[in-house]
Amino acid sequence: MKWKFSSDAPIYTQLVQQIQTSIVSGALPPGERLPSVRDLATEAGVNPNTMQRAMTELERDGLVHSQRTAGRFVTEDKTRIDEAKRRCASQQIQSFLEKMEQLGYSRCEILLLVEQHMKGEC
Amino acid sequence: MPVLECTGLGKKYGRVNALEGLDLSIEPGRIVGLLGPNGSGKTTLIKLACGLLTPSAGQIRVCGQAPGPKACAQLSYLPERMAVQSWMTAGQLLDFYQDFYADFRRDAAQQMLADLGLDPKKKIQQMSKGSREKVQLILVMSRAAKLYLLDEPIGGVDPATRDYILSTIIGNYNPEAAVLISTHLIADVEKILDEAVFLKEGRVLLHSEVDALREEKGMSVDELFREVFRC
Repeated sequence: MKWKFSSDAPIYTQLVQQIQTSIVSGALPPGERLPSVRDLATEAGVNPNTMQRAMTELERDGLVHSQRTAGRFVTEDKTRIDEAKRRCASQQIQSFLEKMEQLGYSRCEILLLVEQHMKGEC
Repeated sequence: MPVLECTGLGKKYGRVNALEGLDLSIEPGRIVGLLGPNGSGKTTLIKLACGLLTPSAGQIRVCGQAPGPKACAQLSYLPERMAVQSWMTAGQLLDFYQDFYADFRRDAAQQMLADLGLDPKKKIQQMSKGSREKVQLILVMSRAAKLYLLDEPIGGVDPATRDYILSTIIGNYNPEAAVLISTHLIADVEKILDEAVFLKEGRVLLHSEVDALREEKGMSVDELFREVFRC
């Protein structure tokens, strides 16, 4: 996994987002066993407690679950993954809309621009 | 029990107050950044914890012990400057540390020398400044101590080695031990920190969890530092 961090948000929320992206995109497939917190922390170059916190968050969202001795796994519940995917999409759209509105476009104009862009006319 | 505890700690050099009324407590399992401008008291605090300096006021405890042999057996100290004999080879230094410290993990030290491509047969005086610093850091991190005091551990090394050193600190993480890192390279270390301590003129200006700070201020610790200590 490639890790990138911006300076304006807590590290753990960025970890949650990046792991979530890997899960919804299928880079981490359902049922996949995750490396240990320490290995993940070393790989991402972050504090192990921060990685642990991200894992706890992902467990709460039901995207990963831990089995006492076997380790931690990506959920096999496809509907949960789809829900998370939908949430990610909706966040992306929201931030896109905000940026377009900052540029002064109305919602109708944005829709038109997107359609034109998709047809390759823009 | 805190691994490091300071209460009303003060240190005077002649009439100059290097530290004054400093209260600080560091719990096991935490990686803590000791951050502050030049002359804010970072090195003084670390030297007091090692027993290399004696306090002018207040108390300092390492694992409940006053500075002395018992406290020193629990802490591993990386000084700002080279403190090993330069006529020795890296391998001889490993022997030396193994004799001195019961908690020295020779396997780990040898592995790290190999990882960094350092020749155990080479004398310290034949090495570059960066390599000397790497050897010294390896010696310090190879101990199974309760408190690691690292005074500017990444200042003199290239960015790739910096990453290796930081990942070594993460890889050595022990929930019963704490790491205190003094540095000016905040952007490089902040991802591995649990907590940040800002020192200003010998006092604790701020002591907080790094993610809480980022959440609250909407900026990195590095950016916050630049704002707080703007000249």
